[in-house]
Amino acid sequence: CSAHLRWELPQWQHEDLSTKKLRLTKPSKSAALHVDLCKATSPADALQYLLQFARKPVEVESVEGVVRILLEHYYKENDASVRLKIASLLGLLSKTAGFSPDCIMDDAINTLQNEKSHQVLAQLLDTLLVIGTKLTENPSVRMRLVEVACKHLTDSSHGVRNKCLQLIGCLGPVEKGVAKEAESQAAKDVQKIIGDHFNDQDPRVRTAAIKAMLQLHERGLKLQQAIYGQACKLLADDYEQVRSAAVQLIWVLSQLYPESIVPIPSSNEEIRLVDDAFGKICHMVSDGSWVVRVQAAKLLGSMQQVSSHFLEQTLDKKLMSDLRRKRTAHERAKELYSSGEFSSGRKWGDDAPKEEIDTGAVNLIESGACGAFVHGLEDEMYEVRIAAVEALCMLAQSSPSFAEKCLDFLVDMFNDEIEEVRLQSIHTMRKISNNITLREDQLDTVLAVLEDSSRDIREALHELLCCTNVSTKEGIHLALVELLKNLTKYPTDRESIWKCLKFLGSRHPTLVLPLVPELLSTHPFFDTPEPDMDDPAYIAVLVLIFNAAKSCPTMPALFSDHTFRHYAYLRDSLSHLVPPLRLPGRKLVSSPVSPSITPHEDPSQQFLHQSLERVYNLQHLDPQGIQELLEFTIRDLQRLGELQSELAGMADFTATYLQCQLLLIKALQEKLWNVAAPLYLKQNALASAAAKQILEETYKMEFMYSGVESRQVVIIHHMRLQAKALQLIVTARTTRGVEPLFGMCEKFLQEVDSFQRCFISELPQMQGSFVDKLLDLMPRLVTSKPSEVVKILQTTLRQSTFLHLPLPEQLHRASANIIEPTGESDNPLRFTSGLVVALDVDATLEHVQDPQGTVKVQVLYPDGQAQLIHPKPADFRNPGPGRHRLITQVYLSHTAWTEPCQIEVRLLLAYNSNRSKAAAKIAKSTWNESPEALPQPENGIEGTIPFSKPVKVYIMPKPARR
Amino acid sequence: MPEIKVTPLGAGQDVGRSCILVSIAGKNVMLDCGMHMGYNDDRRFPDFSYITQNGRLTDFLDCVIISFVSNGEKKVLLFCGVLSLPYFSEMVGYDGPIYMTHPTKAICPILLEDYRKITVDKKGETNFFTSQMIKDCMKKVVAVHLHQTVQVDEELEIKAYYAGHVLGAAMFQIKVGCESVVYTGDYNMTPDRHLGAAWIDKCRPDLLITESTYATTIRDSKRCRERDFLKKVHETVERGGKVLIPVFALGRAQELCILLETFWERMNLKAPIYFSTGLTEKANHYYKLFITWTNQKIRKTFVQRNMFEFKHIKAFDRAFADNPGPMVVFATPGMLHAGQSLQIFRKWAGNEKNMVIMPGYCVQGTVGHKILSGQRKLEMEGRQILEVKMQVEYMSFSAHADAKGIMQLIRQAEPRNVLLVHGEAKKMEFLKQKIEQEFHVNCYMPANGETTTIFTNPSIPVDISLGLLKRETAIGLLPDAKKPKLMHGTLIMKDNSFRLVSPEQALKELGLAEHQLRFTCRVHIQDPRKEHETVLRVYNHLKGVLKDYSVQHLPDGSITVESILIQATAHSEDQGTKVLLVSWTYQDEELGSYLTSLLKKGLPQSSS
Repeated sequence: CSAHLRWELPQWQHEDLSTKKLRLTKPSKSAALHVDLCKATSPADALQYLLQFARKPVEVESVEGVVRILLEHYYKENDASVRLKIASLLGLLSKTAGFSPDCIMDDAINTLQNEKSHQVLAQLLDTLLVIGTKLTENPSVRMRLVEVACKHLTDSSHGVRNKCLQLIGCLGPVEKGVAKEAESQAAKDVQKIIGDHFNDQDPRVRTAAIKAMLQLHERGLKLQQAIYGQACKLLADDYEQVRSAAVQLIWVLSQLYPESIVPIPSSNEEIRLVDDAFGKICHMVSDGSWVVRVQAAKLLGSMQQVSSHFLEQTLDKKLMSDLRRKRTAHERAKELYSSGEFSSGRKWGDDAPKEEIDTGAVNLIESGACGAFVHGLEDEMYEVRIAAVEALCMLAQSSPSFAEKCLDFLVDMFNDEIEEVRLQSIHTMRKISNNITLREDQLDTVLAVLEDSSRDIREALHELLCCTNVSTKEGIHLALVELLKNLTKYPTDRESIWKCLKFLGSRHPTLVLPLVPELLSTHPFFDTPEPDMDDPAYIAVLVLIFNAAKSCPTMPALFSDHTFRHYAYLRDSLSHLVPPLRLPGRKLVSSPVSPSITPHEDPSQQFLHQSLERVYNLQHLDPQGIQELLEFTIRDLQRLGELQSELAGMADFTATYLQCQLLLIKALQEKLWNVAAPLYLKQNALASAAAKQILEETYKMEFMYSGVESRQVVIIHHMRLQAKALQLIVTARTTRGVEPLFGMCEKFLQEVDSFQRCFISELPQMQGSFVDKLLDLMPRLVTSKPSEVVKILQTTLRQSTFLHLPLPEQLHRASANIIEPTGESDNPLRFTSGLVVALDVDATLEHVQDPQGTVKVQVLYPDGQAQLIHPKPADFRNPGPGRHRLITQVYLSHTAWTEPCQIEVRLLLAYNSNRSKAAAKIAKSTWNESPEALPQPENGIEGTIPFSKPVKVYIMPKPARR
Repeated sequence: MPEIKVTPLGAGQDVGRSCILVSIAGKNVMLDCGMHMGYNDDRRFPDFSYITQNGRLTDFLDCVIISFVSNGEKKVLLFCGVLSLPYFSEMVGYDGPIYMTHPTKAICPILLEDYRKITVDKKGETNFFTSQMIKDCMKKVVAVHLHQTVQVDEELEIKAYYAGHVLGAAMFQIKVGCESVVYTGDYNMTPDRHLGAAWIDKCRPDLLITESTYATTIRDSKRCRERDFLKKVHETVERGGKVLIPVFALGRAQELCILLETFWERMNLKAPIYFSTGLTEKANHYYKLFITWTNQKIRKTFVQRNMFEFKHIKAFDRAFADNPGPMVVFATPGMLHAGQSLQIFRKWAGNEKNMVIMPGYCVQGTVGHKILSGQRKLEMEGRQILEVKMQVEYMSFSAHADAKGIMQLIRQAEPRNVLLVHGEAKKMEFLKQKIEQEFHVNCYMPANGETTTIFTNPSIPVDISLGLLKRETAIGLLPDAKKPKLMHGTLIMKDNSFRLVSPEQALKELGLAEHQLRFTCRVHIQDPRKEHETVLRVYNHLKGVLKDYSVQHLPDGSITVESILIQATAHSEDQGTKVLLVSWTYQDEELGSYLTSLLKKGLPQSSS
C-alpha cells in the first residue's frame, strides 16, 4: 500500500536510527491520512490527498480513527473547499457497512456551529442525514438532528434550507406519541415547519419542502388536510419542479381525505375533495411543461374514487364553430350508426354546426376536468400520450360506463404516429374489453390496423379480437374478411389469426350461425366445388365455424359432406384449435379429457403411473428381463407423450429417467466386465459413452423442465453421481498407474460428501440406493487406495437398487420453435464476405423460465465453426403465461465461399448448476447459518442444451469486389 | 405615464395583410409586412405612409419582425406576413434590420420570386418589385434562432418562441427595459403530423398581441379527420382508383405528405404517390434541413431516417396522369382554379372510381367550390361540359389555434393586456368578452389605423446599498417574495441612476447636516394626585397596553416608550389637572401619535 509506504518513510527519518525495531503492527489508515494531510502545503494539495483517499475503501475498524483525524483537520482548515470534501468524506465513511455512526454524531453536529460557508454547511447537513438514516431506530438521535435542522432553516442559502427540509422529511417524527413527549418546540409539528417553507422565495426550497412533506407521508405520517389549500396555490408556481411536486402532494391528499368537503372559490357550492383535486390535476394536463403533464396524466389513473360525473367530463370538449354548437366526429358516428345508416362519407358541410350557443354559457378555460383526456391524448409529446392512455385504462377498468365512453378515444389512438402509443392503446383496449362491446364503425377502425406492418401491433390486435365482444353478424363478417386479408398479406400470422378466430367463434356462436352458408359457400341446389384443404384461409373459416358450432348444435346441419371430412382431419391435425363436436348421425367423437375428470382419474395419467409402478416393482428380474421391460416402458411413455400433449412433459421426463437407468444397467453388465483385456476396449467405449450420455440427460432433466421440485432434483443428482462413479471405474481400468486416480477418487468422494450435505433431509427416503450404501462405506473408502475404491464402487453400483422417481403435479418441458427463418428458401442470402448480414430470427418459447438469461442462439457454419449469440433482454416479449417470444437479429459473417451453403440456426438453453433452483433452495434451507462455508458441489458447471429444431439458412458470402 | 401604442396597418379586425406598428418605450417596431390579395393597386400593400408622413422610414422604425411565411390555403387573401416586404424595403425605402427565423429566411425568397412571377409575368403588371429587389431586401434580413435573445440596440431586445403553424413560424417577444410585448403571429396549439405545438414561458408581458382567426371555434380532435382521410385514400387506392389532392405549396402539403408516407409505410402499400414539382419540391427540401423545427416524432427518428426523405412519394410528371392503376397525386394550386391540379382533375373526373379530396377552403367561383357544393356538371372554357363522376370529399386541415388554444396561450404567458388582431370583428368581440371575464385583463381589438394606447406600470430597478439592505432585513423576518416590504432609506436620483441608501450616508454624500424634527404635544389629565403618582399610574397603564415595547420609568420622573419621552407637570392653575408632555422624533411618528391618542382617552379609573 503506497499510503503505508509514505507513512513509514518520515517515521524512519524522525526516529533515531539506533532504535530500529521490527514493526509488525498493521499500519492504520488513519495515521497515513493524518500524515498526508499534515504534509499538504496548500489547500489544493490537501484536496488531492483527500480525493485519493476517497477512492480506497476503509475497513470498519479504522473508520472511527479516520473520522477523528478528518475532524481534527476540519477545525484547522481555512479553505472551504477542503472542508467541503472532508464533510462529504464523513458522510461517505458513515455509510460503511457495520459501522455505527452514533459515536461521531456529536462531533458532526458541533462542526455546524462555527461554519460560515453555506456550501460546507449544506454538505455537513447531508452527512447528518446519512448518519440519521443509519440510526433511524434511535428516536432521541432523530429528534436531535431534526432540532439542528430546524435551527438552520433560517439560513439565507437555498442549499442549506434544502438539506434541512430533506433532513426533517427523512427523520421528522411520524408517530403521534413521540411528538407529544417531545419537549422542544421544534420537533412538535414538523408539518407546520415544512408547510411554512411552501412559500419560500427560492423554488428549489419550495420543491424540497413539498418533497419533504411527501417523504413524511411515505414514512407513514398522516398529512393534515389544512395543507391542501397551500398545495393548490403551488400549482400555479412559476417553476415546473414545484408544480410537479405539488401535483403529487395534491394527489396524496386526495387519497387521504377523499370525502372531505371543500368550498369552490367564488361560489357558495362545495364539492368532495377528491373531485376538486381531480379537477385541479386535470387542469395540469394542459400545463406548459411536459414533465408536469406526464406527472398529472399518470396520477389521474389512480384516482378511482372520483365521481363519475367528473370522470366523464374528462372526455368532453364542447365543440363550436362560429359560436354554434357542433357535434364531435364521435357523436356523429354514433348517430349515424344508431339511425341505421352506414357512413356515406363526409360531405362538405356534413359537420355544419347546428344550434346557436348562448355566448355567456361557454366556458373557454376548462373549469376542472373538462376535456383533460382529450388534451392529454392529443399532446405533442408521446410520453404524455402514453401516460394518458395508461390512466384511461386504469380508470376504465374500475368504471364500466367510463370504459364505454372512452372507447372512441382509444380507437382513435390506434392511428397514433408513434408505435409505442398504438401498442399501448391496443393493450389497454384488451384490458377493458370485458366492459365493452364494439360498435360496427369502431370495429371498422380497429380492423383497419390489421394491415399494420409491425408484427407486434398485429399480434396485439389479434389478442384484442380474441376477447372483444361484437354486436352484429356484419361485425363478425367484417372481422373475418379483414383477418383473411391480413392472412394473405402476412402469411406468417397464420397461427395467431387461427387462434383469434377460434375465440371469435366460440364467443359469438349465434352471430356466426346466419353466416355459415355464405362462409362455406354452400348452395341449396347445387354442389359447390370442394375447397382446398391446405388453404390457410379456408382453415381459418373452418376454425371460426367449428368453434361456434360447439355451443350451437343446429349449426352442423348446415355443413356439407366434405365439411365433415375436413372436420375430422382438422380435429386430428389442429386439435388445439378445433374443439370436439357432437355431430349428428356419426359416431360420437370420443371426448378425451373433459375438464371434470381430475388428473388422478384420467386414464392416460393412470396408465403412466401404472407403467412406472411396474418398472419400480420388478427389482429382482434377470438383467435381460429388466432391460426389455425398460425398453418397452420407455417406448410406451414416448408414445403417450406424443398422444397426450398435457402429459408430454411428464412422460418425457420419466422416459428420460428410465433411459438413464437402462444405460446404466447395460453398461454394468457383468458379463462384459469379465472378458479378457483386449476386449476391454469395446466395453470401455460403451461404458464411457453411456456415462457421458447419462450426464447429459441428467442436466436436461434438471434444467429443461419447469416445475421440477427438490424431490426430483435429488434423484437426478443421484443418477449423475452414479454416472460419475461409472466414469471413474472406466478411467481406472483404462489408465495405467495410480497417480491420476488419486485426484479423481478424491474429487469423487468430495462430491459424495457434498451430495450428502446438500440433500441430508432427503437421505432417509433413499434406502438401499447407491449413495446410501456408499455413505455406509464412507469411512472405509476414505482410507483405502484408489484401486480398492474402484472395486467397492463397482460392486455397490451393481447391487444398488433402482430409485423411485416421484412425479410432481405439473411438469412442462421447455420447447422452442423457430418460426423465422423458415428454412424453405432456395434463394441464398448474399452478402459481401467480411461484412455483416443481419438475419431475422423469430421464435416462440414455451415453459422457459428466465429466458433473458438462458436462451441463446447458435449458428453453425458448414466449416464446423459455431457462434453463440446472446439476444438482448428487450428482444423477448411475453405474450402470455409460460410463453415467450424471441424476435431478434443475428449477425452473420464469414470469409468468401465459392458457392452458397447452408448454415444451421438453433436455440440453446444455457444452464449453470450454481444458478439451479435446487442449489439455491438448498443453500437457503440447509446452510443458512454459514453461507460462506457452502461448498459449491459442482462449481459452476455450465453448458447448453439444444432445445429447438435446427433451421437451415442458405447463405452466400461473396468475395469483395476490388 | 409610460405607455405602449399599437396601430394595426393591416389585420386590425380584418383577416390578411398583417402589419402592425408597435411603439414601446420610445422604440418603434413593425410586425409583419403582409399584402392584401383582394386589390391589384397600391391598396394591397399596407398604408406605409401612415408610419411617417415625411422623412425616411429607417429613421422612424427601429426594426421589422416577420413572424411567419404562410401559404394561405384558407382564403384568397394570402395571409402571408412577408409579401409586401420587398415593396416596403426597396420601393418605399427601409434600410434597418429585418428579423425572421432561419427557415422563414430560407423559404422567403422562393415564395416572393414565385409570387412575383405570377403577378408580373403572367398578369403582366408593372409597378411591382423585381428579382433584384428581392435579393437586396433579403440582404437586410437578420435570422434568429428560437429562444435566442437578440439585442437590436442597447435597449430593445427580441426573442423568438416556437409557434407551430408552418415551418419557421415564430412568436416574438419585444422587450425594452422591463416593458414587453409578445406578438404571436399565426400559431397552433395542437401538434400535427409534422410540427409541434406553440409554446411560451410565463414571461408576463405587458401586452400580448394574438391572432384570433378561430376566435369562435373549438375544434374537434385531429385524429378523426386524419383517420377519415387515410381511410378514404386507402379505400380508393385498393379499388384501383386515383386520388387527387389539390394543395398549396407549403404547410398542409407537407403535413399530408407525412401522413400518407407513414401510412403507406405502416400498411405496406405499394401504390405510387406523387407531388407536383416546383415550389412544393423546393419547400420539402427546406423541411428536410430544418428538422429541429418539426415535431417530436420526426426529430427523434431522423437519425435513422429523415421523414421528409420520402420513400413512397415521388416527383410528378405530366405523363404520369395517364398511367393505369391506382395513384395519389398532390397537385397545386389548392382550389382547382388553374394549373396542374385542374389539368389532372379534368382527366380523372369522368371515372367514378377516382376521388378528389379538398383539404381546405375554396373560394366562390373556383372549380373547387363548385364541386364541393355538389355541382356535377361543370362548364369549362370552350363551352365544354365536364361531367364529374369522381367522388368529391372535403377534409379540413387547419393549423390555427382555436378559441381554447388562444385561451391556453394566454394562460401560459399571463399577460397584463391582450390585443386581438387578424380576425373578424364579430368573432373578436366574443373572444374579447371571454378573455376579460376569465383572466380579468383588459382586451383590445383596434381596427386598421386605430391606435390603442396601453398604460404600463413598469417597475424601476433601484440599487440599494448592501449595508442598508442587511440592516433592514435583520429587523424583519425572512424576506417573502410575494409580499412587499417596507424599508426606510433615502432615494438618490443622480446621473440617470437610482440608489437607495441610508439617510446618514445620503447626508454625508450630499454634504448636509442632519436636522432633528420633534413633535411635542400636551395632554391634560384630570388627576388630583401628586405628580410622581400620576407618572406611576401612566407608567403602569402604558406598560399594560404596550406589551411589546420597552416602557421605562426614569429616575428623573419621566417615562420613555422606546425613544418617546413623557413628562408630567401639574397645571399651573388647576392642581387637579396634570399636563403630560409627549415628545417624539419624526421617525417615531406612528408610535407617537398612537401614544397621544391613547393618553387622551384618559387613564383607567380602577388603577389605584
